[in-house]
Amino acid sequence: MKKYLLSILFLVSPAIVLASGGGVHLDKANIDPGNKESLQRGAKTFVNYCMGCHSAKYERYNRLGRDLGISDDDVIQNLMFTGDKIGGQMDIAMTSEMGKKWFGAAPPDLTLVARVRSTDWLYTYLRTFYQDDSRPFGVNNEVFANVGMPNVLWQLQGTQKAVFKTVVDDDGHEHEMLEGVELEKAGSQTPAEFDRTVRDLVNFLTYMGEPIKQQRQSLGIKVMLFLLVFFIVAYLLKKEYWKDVH
Amino acid sequence: MGMLVNFRDWIDARFPLTKMWEEHLSKYYAPKNFNFWYFFGSLALLVLVLQIITGIFLTMNYKPDASQAFASVEYIMRDVDWGWLIRYMHSTGASAFFIVVYLHMFRAMLYGSYKGPRELLWIFGMMIYLALMAEAFFGYLLPWGQMSYWGAQVIISLFGAIPVIGDDLSLWIRGDFVISDVTLNRFFALHVIAVPFVLAILVVVHILALHEVGSNNPDGVEIKKNKDENGIPKDGIPFHPYYTVKDIVGVVVFLMFFSFVMFFVPEGGGYFLEAPNFEPANPLKTPEHIAPVWYFTPYYAMLRAVTIDIGPLSAKFLGVIVMGSAVVILFFLPWLDRSPVKSIRYRGPICKIMLALFVIAFVVLGWLGTQAPTDAKTTMAQIGTIVYFAFFLLMPIYTKIDSTKPVPDRVTG
Repeated sequence: MKKYLLSILFLVSPAIVLASGGGVHLDKANIDPGNKESLQRGAKTFVNYCMGCHSAKYERYNRLGRDLGISDDDVIQNLMFTGDKIGGQMDIAMTSEMGKKWFGAAPPDLTLVARVRSTDWLYTYLRTFYQDDSRPFGVNNEVFANVGMPNVLWQLQGTQKAVFKTVVDDDGHEHEMLEGVELEKAGSQTPAEFDRTVRDLVNFLTYMGEPIKQQRQSLGIKVMLFLLVFFIVAYLLKKEYWKDVH
Repeated sequence: MGMLVNFRDWIDARFPLTKMWEEHLSKYYAPKNFNFWYFFGSLALLVLVLQIITGIFLTMNYKPDASQAFASVEYIMRDVDWGWLIRYMHSTGASAFFIVVYLHMFRAMLYGSYKGPRELLWIFGMMIYLALMAEAFFGYLLPWGQMSYWGAQVIISLFGAIPVIGDDLSLWIRGDFVISDVTLNRFFALHVIAVPFVLAILVVVHILALHEVGSNNPDGVEIKKNKDENGIPKDGIPFHPYYTVKDIVGVVVFLMFFSFVMFFVPEGGGYFLEAPNFEPANPLKTPEHIAPVWYFTPYYAMLRAVTIDIGPLSAKFLGVIVMGSAVVILFFLPWLDRSPVKSIRYRGPICKIMLALFVIAFVVLGWLGTQAPTDAKTTMAQIGTIVYFAFFLLMPIYTKIDSTKPVPDRVTG
């Protein structure tokens, strides 16, 4: 018994190591990857508000349409503005040199951003822009300090102001520390509506990071069930053969 | 039936087919008391085959070109039929390979499988481990993500710490002043043909050596010392069918773990596929925190544990020496162990405690290697490094003075 406990402990030790982490506080996005309407709304927000500067060049328009349940015609009419081909990649006309000149840093391609940053990070990031006159675009961000990007969703969200708290460090000096943000002037959407807009957008970005995720998981369940049945057969076969070993 | 027998005889007259089948499977007698720990050898072989097959299919769509590599991986993930499955199999397989090999090596340490007459078997195994590390290192550059790029940058710069020849050596490895298309191309060549070829040969040699001396077992008893009138070990059973059917059970259980990762958590919590690697390599943007993949982190932690210069030798160079020694010292295990018994079952408390400390040190160092260094963590890594080396360097002493229990003549259960 002792050796089995030891074996199990040995096998789970990587899991103990994996269960660590840390960093800034992020809000939970609680996206629903199976909700096609949410993904469609997210796609619309993405092409309207993000694709002015950001490409998604590893994703194809028709793939997006197929995965999100939008017909090619609807994709062409509602999501494509540049006259690209339906099988083409979601690229943009702005080059990274132009982006660098205009924003200080080239706006990154967003196809895989959810895998780089995580869904919760994006959800928090997009909701925590606040007014900061010292920045070129007049806004700063709670999770991405001094970000080069303007708050492109401000018409929907309205403007937010930072809430600071005073903290005393070990040397007795007082510092202003960012505690959070709060709404200053309402936008065209209520906070609840805006929250849904961002959640849909982040849902879409997460889909785009790995379009086959749903397929992978549903296939995974079938494979696991097969292996379970196979295990029973394999175990009985072993038992049968080993009957005469003493 | 008669035709098949004739065909077999026709082959046997020209090629030792039946002879090989008998020598390595149907008349290779393995101890009957193998336990859980004895699954990992055949599993390592399984993963090797899996990596080679998935690797072949990946090369059909991958482009070893700095301007296309990243996009070609995404092409495989999105546009190639079942490309995502092949890629996840390969990336999960890389980590699975190390998990299986580490458990396989631990088994050898548990039951003294490296001790005479199996010293060469252990050496060949260690050479496989070295080749595997090279294979993993070269392969990790290929996706051309941020971590691919900067991980390789850090590792290659280690060679630069060697006095006198260091700079020229790292230049020679890269083939350029920075990691570039040239580096990617040569790493691709090494990853897909040179190292796999060496690996395959070493695996054959490892198995030949095993079948020459015969397998050890959890009791550390030589089953060949007790043979029946036909010359068959009394405690041995033919590998086929007994261990083939048993290993199938092991394979299925392994595939359950493997499939769980591959289908539900292919990133392995950010340890199998690191998040920054979903961003294309950018020579102008250093990631906040560069950590090698988890299977290298114990050694990486030892490298960083060295923080003092000694005379003209820099801390970095000494760290490289420590890191290299940590791998090389494993080769000497058969001669460091002076215990009269093989298996942990018949060893005394000192050996057991030392092995436990060694495992703890290795796991903790592995964790520390993934973390950004702090003073406390560096101290922990230093303690871990000392424990790691003490396990080996003090072995000739503690294995000799430790008490032992009487070893039975025959294997037990």
